[in-house]
Amino acid sequence: MSKVFVGLVLLGCCYALGVDLGCVTGLFTDATTCSKGLSGTLTNTLFDAVQTAAELALKLIGVMTLWLGLMKVAEKAGLIELVGRAVEPVMARLFPDIPRGHPAISAMTLNLSANALGIGNAATPLGIKAMQELQKLNPNPAVATDAMCLFLALHATSFTPLPSQTMALRQAAGAADPSDIVGPVALATALTSVVAVIIAKVFAWLSRPPPPPAERGGPG
Amino acid sequence: MRQLLEGTSHTAIPVLFMAVFLIAAYRKVDVYAAFIEGAKEGFDTAVKIIPYLVGILAAISMVRSTGLIDALSRVLGPVTEPLGIPAEVMPMVLIRPLSGSGANAVLVDIMKSYGPDGYAARLASVISSCAETTFYVLAVYFGSVGITNLRYALVVGILGEAVSVVMSVIVCRLAWG
Repeated sequence: MSKVFVGLVLLGCCYALGVDLGCVTGLFTDATTCSKGLSGTLTNTLFDAVQTAAELALKLIGVMTLWLGLMKVAEKAGLIELVGRAVEPVMARLFPDIPRGHPAISAMTLNLSANALGIGNAATPLGIKAMQELQKLNPNPAVATDAMCLFLALHATSFTPLPSQTMALRQAAGAADPSDIVGPVALATALTSVVAVIIAKVFAWLSRPPPPPAERGGPG
Repeated sequence: MRQLLEGTSHTAIPVLFMAVFLIAAYRKVDVYAAFIEGAKEGFDTAVKIIPYLVGILAAISMVRSTGLIDALSRVLGPVTEPLGIPAEVMPMVLIRPLSGSGANAVLVDIMKSYGPDGYAARLASVISSCAETTFYVLAVYFGSVGITNLRYALVVGILGEAVSVVMSVIVCRLAWG
């Protein structure tokens, strides 16, 4: 994660400083770019952004509390177990490392369902819940497991039969039929999910631990 | 069809709450106590992820605010055009993994400039719906459990993002050529 973090920050800073330097030295003469001063823009937006992020985090406290509260009620009522049993035939194949009946399966399923139904604000709470359940099975708590990577791959390409947010934007923009994207999106996300699973499985296979030395049959 | 789908989305919440609470009450669960128990966990988790959230959103803002996305789109546009991604859709491709609200703004912009029923707007709509804010999800999800070594999750996330774009182009070509 450190690489991503450093990469994004350096990318932004270098570009802003580079363009500003170019303007000062007269290398760039584009008036619209040079009039603003990118470094200044970056600085101002940065402080706005961290403020927005903190506000977002506060809002997230609300939805996290609500959804995990509901989850616990569902868990005590035996409903989570029911969900787990219903999806077990598929999930057990995708996640062979997870013991049968483990709550991680249900949590992941609920997260992916929330995404699919377009209940966006439930997705993060349920996703984090799923990660916490997966973490309980993790022998090395600082390192991601194969199951986590596969879950993230499924999440990133999640099957979306109802892109409600995009439809709302299309409607607002006056599209003739805002829902014309439903079919293409459903098809594309379904296919992408399949490809993502294959990619994740290939990486899992490539990064599998080497067999114990006795079985390897080295020289001599 | 749309009414049906939107209806599903809107009624999901009340139906869910009603079903869960009724079944829980029927099974003699102390609903309020259980809710508070879960809510406490939710609260703790939400507080724990704040540093991860603020950190990644700060880094993303640095890339977004400078106009780097637009500059990259101008450079990459001529390359991606023959591959089926018009230059005007490139900002969507680049911003989607970074920011959901940014992607929405780009989509509105594309629809305004090129018409909501044009090929560019449709492709941008499909990409926006298919892809995901991968960097945010990676930072927050892994942050919430304190994992620092992501192994291949980042590569798979980025590849997944790329596959989403390619698949969107293929499907849009088939649907609206």
